[in-house]
Amino acid sequence: MLRYLLSRLGQSAILLLIVSCVGFCVLSLAPGGPLSQFALSPGMTQEQLTRIADQMGLNRPLPVQYMDWLSHLLRGDWGVSYRDGQPVLAIIQRHLFATLLLMGTSTAIAIVLGSAIGIASAVRRGGIFDHTMTVMSMVALSIPTFWFGLVAIYVFSLNLGWLPSGGMYAVGNGSLADYLHHLIMPALVLALVDVAIWSRYMRTSTLNVVHQDFVRTARAKGLTRRRVLMKHILGNSLVPMITLAGLQLPVILGGALVTETVFTWPGMGRLFLDSLGYSDYPVVMGLLMASALLVVVGSLAADLIVALIDPRIRLN
Amino acid sequence: MTEHHDRPLNPARRRTLMLLGAAGGAMMAPSVLGRSAAFAQGAPSGQIILGFSQEPTVFNPLMPHIEVDDGIYYAIFDPLFDFDPDGQLFPILVTEVPTVANGGISEDGLTWRIRLKEGVTWHDGTPFTAADVKFTFELPVNPDFRSFRTTGYALMRDITVVSPTELTWTMTKPFAPLAGVLASTFIVPAHPFEGQDPNAAPFNNAPIGTGPFKWGERMAGDHILLTANANYHGEGPHLERLIIRYIPDLNVMYTQFKAGDIDVIGLQYITPDHLTEAEGLPGVATEVAGTGSFESFALNMQRPQFKDLAVRQALYAALDKTSIIDALYYGVPTPTETYMPQQSAFFNPDLPPHAFSIEKANQLLDDAGWARGAGGIREKDGVRLAFTNSTTAGNHLREQAQQFIQQTFAEIGVEMTISNLPPAVMWGDYWMNSEFDTVVVGMNQLSGADPDTTNYHRSSASPALGGAGQNTLAYQNPRVDELLDAGAASFDPDQRREIYRELQAVIRDDLPFLPMFQYAVVKGWKEEVTGPAPNVNNRIDSWNVRDWRRG
Repeated sequence: MLRYLLSRLGQSAILLLIVSCVGFCVLSLAPGGPLSQFALSPGMTQEQLTRIADQMGLNRPLPVQYMDWLSHLLRGDWGVSYRDGQPVLAIIQRHLFATLLLMGTSTAIAIVLGSAIGIASAVRRGGIFDHTMTVMSMVALSIPTFWFGLVAIYVFSLNLGWLPSGGMYAVGNGSLADYLHHLIMPALVLALVDVAIWSRYMRTSTLNVVHQDFVRTARAKGLTRRRVLMKHILGNSLVPMITLAGLQLPVILGGALVTETVFTWPGMGRLFLDSLGYSDYPVVMGLLMASALLVVVGSLAADLIVALIDPRIRLN
Repeated sequence: MTEHHDRPLNPARRRTLMLLGAAGGAMMAPSVLGRSAAFAQGAPSGQIILGFSQEPTVFNPLMPHIEVDDGIYYAIFDPLFDFDPDGQLFPILVTEVPTVANGGISEDGLTWRIRLKEGVTWHDGTPFTAADVKFTFELPVNPDFRSFRTTGYALMRDITVVSPTELTWTMTKPFAPLAGVLASTFIVPAHPFEGQDPNAAPFNNAPIGTGPFKWGERMAGDHILLTANANYHGEGPHLERLIIRYIPDLNVMYTQFKAGDIDVIGLQYITPDHLTEAEGLPGVATEVAGTGSFESFALNMQRPQFKDLAVRQALYAALDKTSIIDALYYGVPTPTETYMPQQSAFFNPDLPPHAFSIEKANQLLDDAGWARGAGGIREKDGVRLAFTNSTTAGNHLREQAQQFIQQTFAEIGVEMTISNLPPAVMWGDYWMNSEFDTVVVGMNQLSGADPDTTNYHRSSASPALGGAGQNTLAYQNPRVDELLDAGAASFDPDQRREIYRELQAVIRDDLPFLPMFQYAVVKGWKEEVTGPAPNVNNRIDSWNVRDWRRG
């Protein structure tokens, strides 16, 4: 077991190294760079740009720059942003909170609501509810989030004035109620599509279970519909959903760019886009490494858990 | 009274005064001024939320930054003096703006002296002195510092602190544009940098200034909160808090403005397609204001196609700018013949007006011997009138304008191929080292309100020709060089006006770029907010944020 773990960790380290190397090269070799945003400033000269690039070490050979960055990373120094001089880890942390709040809430809504709709549709397959939900899911899946977000703002902020049109909290307030007030609309807009997806998965998953022998046996024993549903169907149909939820993790942490933009939510999606737009290499590399680390750790954890649960799998 | 004269009145107040004067009520003027003094004594109250579509991230004004960062500087810091909307300098941290007339600048333009206001303190309570100003002038030329620019500072020598409120220095050559440079130099304190790497000092993320607002908090990617500086040395501030919100999408920003969640819609402003709707919104004031930027069709003067003046004139005649302005930009920008904003005192109103005429364009090319060859494309001495045109990919209005221009150019036997690039590529070496044929570009070539454009038009400023500067069109004209040198060395406002008007005329005749229009933007604020006033001489709206008030 320990040997397996060590070899997996070794493999992961090599993988991360490759990711960082490729990422760094692609980023640095892309034309432009962090200083091109200043090119059109009044009075700016190429000489001045070169001078700043020299001071920032951007004119050194690429391998030197990479080794410099890597050696700092290995010592736990993720660097500072070119844009505002803040430590990269602190920046990621702040945006991660915003993203977790929004994505966590909307995913929770989607799972609960989606599962309920999916089960109800499957149990009464072909009924009015099932048909209505199928149509509504298709509609929800077809609506562009950007447009739906703006419509929601138009209705609930502009016309009804019930909800704020954007932001995570009112500056200077920041109470729990204020956070929730700001969270409702983006979370629901984001959940809309997810509910549709989850309900379709759940419906399929439940239908697979409903016709299994053990369900028929349970019914034959004279159990109530409710008991069959809760005890026998639900438990089994949720198993594939847990795997699905696990796969969602990197998506959740990656943020929802469109929703974050419409509702001016300071999350990971926008951080990535802004950093990329300004060629803020340290932050982009930080985000890249963080997500690569997450995927590697996630898959390793999944393999270990499966091995622990399933006695048929031997880790060697 | 004297106290109020050190600040320009905002245009509304200015108009009121003019009306009063016209009505023969000059005696009433003191009472109007007295009213603002009465307001000034009230404690700051309320808050204003100002929206920007870019995020301010650089808080040390001497480091490389973009336009939006200036929006914060005007609140936190003060320049020594600044330009009002009419292009006149008014004192802020100095007792009077140095001129040759008042002895602040010597007759030969080589010695400068400034006297600072007494009793000014930094936000942390430390007294503001001439040593801080000296530090601010010296930091940009520190070779270890990532400096935004060195223009002007590099010419200063012997910066001497005569007393805590007096500073003198000499210049290696007379340089009139220094006043413009100083007007956009925000004074930073020396003490937070003691023993620090100026590139990474804590100051850079928690700035201390002498300005009307103090640094509060910053939530990256969302907002910056500034609070009133109760000890501000001038009039104002009138607001308890100023909140700057970052809203990256212009549609979203406009929607939030409509919903009342932001009070003033700042940089990138209301998109022209929303102008009509915005004007009809209740409780909202809008204003179309000219900016210092102008759009042009820039030519790489080193390309053989553009060496012939007739070609440049023909291309200009075939440029239907009225249609572009009306159809694509909703008529918001103003057609122009020059790089100088029309609001500037140096603007030359007598330049020959452009007239769109395919016929004239064809005639010009025929007369110059450019005959139609293969595919109907004109050529002469083996040079085909074919070239590429580039701009920032994704700028939809510009892309449509390009297609339009492409069509009218085709009618005169000119083949223009569109080749757009992402911003980071477009404005990198491709632009700086003149690797393009032609470019559609929006630029502000002035430093503040000063008319000097040496960096853009002098032959020595072209990197492609071995110079240093941003003369990326590689434009060369000895007369232009002479005029630029004369203008930079003259401290006589009337003489400078004549010089820069002639300069515009020479460039208009040469056509190294085909001037299209002067940009205008649609500004908007809630009616209950007073203070926001366009100022073409400053880069951003918050130039007079100390005067802003609510209700």
